[in-house]
Amino acid sequence: MTKRVLTVDDSKTMLQMLQFALKQGGFEVIQGENGQEGLDLLDANTVDVIITDINMPVMDGITFIKELRKKPKNKATPVLILTTESSQSKKEEGRSAGATGWIVKPFDPGKLLEVIRKVSP
Amino acid sequence: MDDLAQFKQTFFSECEELLGDLEGHLMALQSGEGDNNTLNAVFRAIHSIKGGAGAFGFDRLVAFAHIFETVLDLMRDGRLEPTPDSVLLVLHCADILSDLVKAAQNGTELPADHENEGRKSLIDLAATIGVDADPHAADAALAALDAQLAGGGGLDAEPEPAPAAAPEPEPEAPAAPAAPAKVPLLKYLVKFTPRDALYQRANEPLILIRELRELGGFLAKADAEAVPALDQIQPEGAYIKWEFEVETDRGEQAIKDVFEFVLDDCELSITCLNPPAAAAKPAAAEAKPAPEAAPKAEAPAATPVAQPKPEAPKPAAAAAPKPEAGAGSAGPGGGAGGGGGAPGGETKAARSIRVDLDRVDKLVNMVGELVITHAMIAQQTEHLHADQHPELANGLAELSHHIRDLQESVMAMRAQPVKSVFARLPRLVRELAMMTNKKIRLDMSGENTEIDKTVIEQLGDPLTHMIRNSCDHGIESPEDRAAAGKPAEGVIHVSADQRGGRIVIEITDDGRGINREKVMKKAIEKKLVAPDAVLSNEEIDNLIFLPGFSTADTVSNISGRGVGMDVVRQNIQSLGGRVHIQSRPGQGSSFILTLPLTLAVLDGMVLKVGVQSYILPLANIVESLRPEPDQINIVANQSQLLRIRGEYVPLVYLHRIFKVPNGIDDTTKALIIIVELEDSSKMGLVVDEIIGQQQVVIKSLEENFDPIRGVGAATILGNGRVSLILDVAGIKHIAEHEGQQRGSVPRLAAPAA
Repeated sequence: MTKRVLTVDDSKTMLQMLQFALKQGGFEVIQGENGQEGLDLLDANTVDVIITDINMPVMDGITFIKELRKKPKNKATPVLILTTESSQSKKEEGRSAGATGWIVKPFDPGKLLEVIRKVSP
Repeated sequence: MDDLAQFKQTFFSECEELLGDLEGHLMALQSGEGDNNTLNAVFRAIHSIKGGAGAFGFDRLVAFAHIFETVLDLMRDGRLEPTPDSVLLVLHCADILSDLVKAAQNGTELPADHENEGRKSLIDLAATIGVDADPHAADAALAALDAQLAGGGGLDAEPEPAPAAAPEPEPEAPAAPAAPAKVPLLKYLVKFTPRDALYQRANEPLILIRELRELGGFLAKADAEAVPALDQIQPEGAYIKWEFEVETDRGEQAIKDVFEFVLDDCELSITCLNPPAAAAKPAAAEAKPAPEAAPKAEAPAATPVAQPKPEAPKPAAAAAPKPEAGAGSAGPGGGAGGGGGAPGGETKAARSIRVDLDRVDKLVNMVGELVITHAMIAQQTEHLHADQHPELANGLAELSHHIRDLQESVMAMRAQPVKSVFARLPRLVRELAMMTNKKIRLDMSGENTEIDKTVIEQLGDPLTHMIRNSCDHGIESPEDRAAAGKPAEGVIHVSADQRGGRIVIEITDDGRGINREKVMKKAIEKKLVAPDAVLSNEEIDNLIFLPGFSTADTVSNISGRGVGMDVVRQNIQSLGGRVHIQSRPGQGSSFILTLPLTLAVLDGMVLKVGVQSYILPLANIVESLRPEPDQINIVANQSQLLRIRGEYVPLVYLHRIFKVPNGIDDTTKALIIIVELEDSSKMGLVVDEIIGQQQVVIKSLEENFDPIRGVGAATILGNGRVSLILDVAGIKHIAEHEGQQRGSVPRLAAPAA
């Protein structure tokens, strides 16, 4: 069964690159441009993994994670945050919101799939 | 990584958008309208640019964006107050960033010190509150720390145990040195006790176990002692702990990497059970607390556990939330509205697509060919009577209609609102006002008027220059304005408007207007006009467009940057446009720019001169006439003037300019077309006859030929013949400098013969 990944980022470049890498890994991809769109998409779809940026307009990634974790449906869905800095503070912030792990930008497609493997059954 | 290079174009388009938005946000900040959301938006823009730049390896861009981002982060956190000075710095740095983006896009290299000043100012600004924004400084500090650690380690241990000593190493950092080192096959004891938080973040021990198993030999023991009675189980509670024996040649780091995301949510100890002899001593020393702890854990672990047991936590921890998931998805069924939102989002994305400009240009070109082909067919069938071939005539008429529609649609693809150029102006005016200590307000209108993208791209510089000119020379100081009875605040109005087939952009100021006396004096001084010349007011005003003209007494650093109004006029002309100035002394001046809607098609008049036909751009033509003999005056130097409504217009014989044989020399039998030049001067072109008006597709000559004076471009006519499109300014130049008098014809013709 094809696994579905929700990617949420306000950068179209990043969304396209994620989609490209994920499709190569055999994933189906749905995309949102901010946390609110992400939540709406989660209401309407079931996904296996969520990848989200932190800095976004309308609803940022931290709020997005906190909100999605409130719904039982999403409690066990792995959430990976995209971060440019490998700085501990950003990871901490993401983790305390409920993120499962992180992907450091810039990523290479192989590494991205490896990280997803680490959190997805 | 190369795979992702295909998204570079997307990245640059996105940068363009981000930088455009940035400009608006920064202006809001500067005028004090910005709030924290604005700062957030600014931060995000820089952050996105940095993120993308990192993906494509634009290191210089990343380095600068990083420092910039750090400072903006401090600002949005409220740690740095956005003062007028710091906002100005941010504006300046946004420009630098934009330069770096452009350099990356064009593959050019900026001078090495291009961003140094901005970079230093940013670092200094951050330093005022004790933050070090310089990544290199941080690197240096890390390097120093590493050296220290390495030095200390060197005394009593191999570098290998160092990561073991530190319980929470940065995973990335030690991984690199560990990889190349050849690691022997070693056996590790891994003790892993998850905490509740691990499950709350949707991590899953089973996945970790799966990953561990791939490292090599593997044995797992689960300790389910702490699992409570069923009715007391918390779905997300952590009740089971594990011990693994891992035999691997990938080193301890590989094991740590498996636990990368859960290090803070569990207790983890990794002990090498058979350390190699060389490392044995320090490793044993480091591991000392571990073996002590091991037996304690081992005792309960060994008893109840068998291999299949690891399956147990699955229903307990992972599957437990799943039944809820079913209920949960029914719950948000009320979120059907949200479900409707999703496809909505998709259609939004589909509403615009990014297309390579080359493709659009190819389409424009092909439509151009279609226009020519249609003209050709129309000409071939001209002699057929419409009533004999009604279907053909109707078909052709319809085809013509469709082609025009098609042409307009294709042109519209290249059209963009002038907004993108206008958006830079408020800031420019603000800065100029500040530099000149004047009060200037900028009004804009018609920002949504659309013009060809190429025109928009080329419009920035001339527009900037004219605004500079208005701010610097036009608008007076508040004192002077008060003395002249004007409000202290000067107004510059920039408008765009479509009139006929052209776009008109006007830049009007309410300043002092052009000082004609001064302009005239300067022009005579610079030998641009004869001392005894009598010029109309309009002609004097337009002298400022002459090359080498500048009235500023001292070269200010605003207008006097070595670019004169002549360059502005050249730029506009190269776009097929015109610029002139209207001035009312004491009341202000207006620059008026007219630009073609598109660069691909031109409305032209087909002229016949001898055996040749030429295209004259319709925009240049004022009128045409067949003069009476008494309207022609011959002046001393043999040049001919046409007297018309009290004005004298020099005549230029086109057949002499282009050395076309058998052109009509008798002005009373020929036709005179009065054309107006950019400087508002007039010229009468003598031609044999006018064949008709026609829309022609411009074919550039520059790709294949050196520039030819007097000829702007070429086109293909309906009969399949190539025809040259005339450039009146070039013709005037030839007439004035190379002569076109009857007497000189043989001399000119000689080399050609």
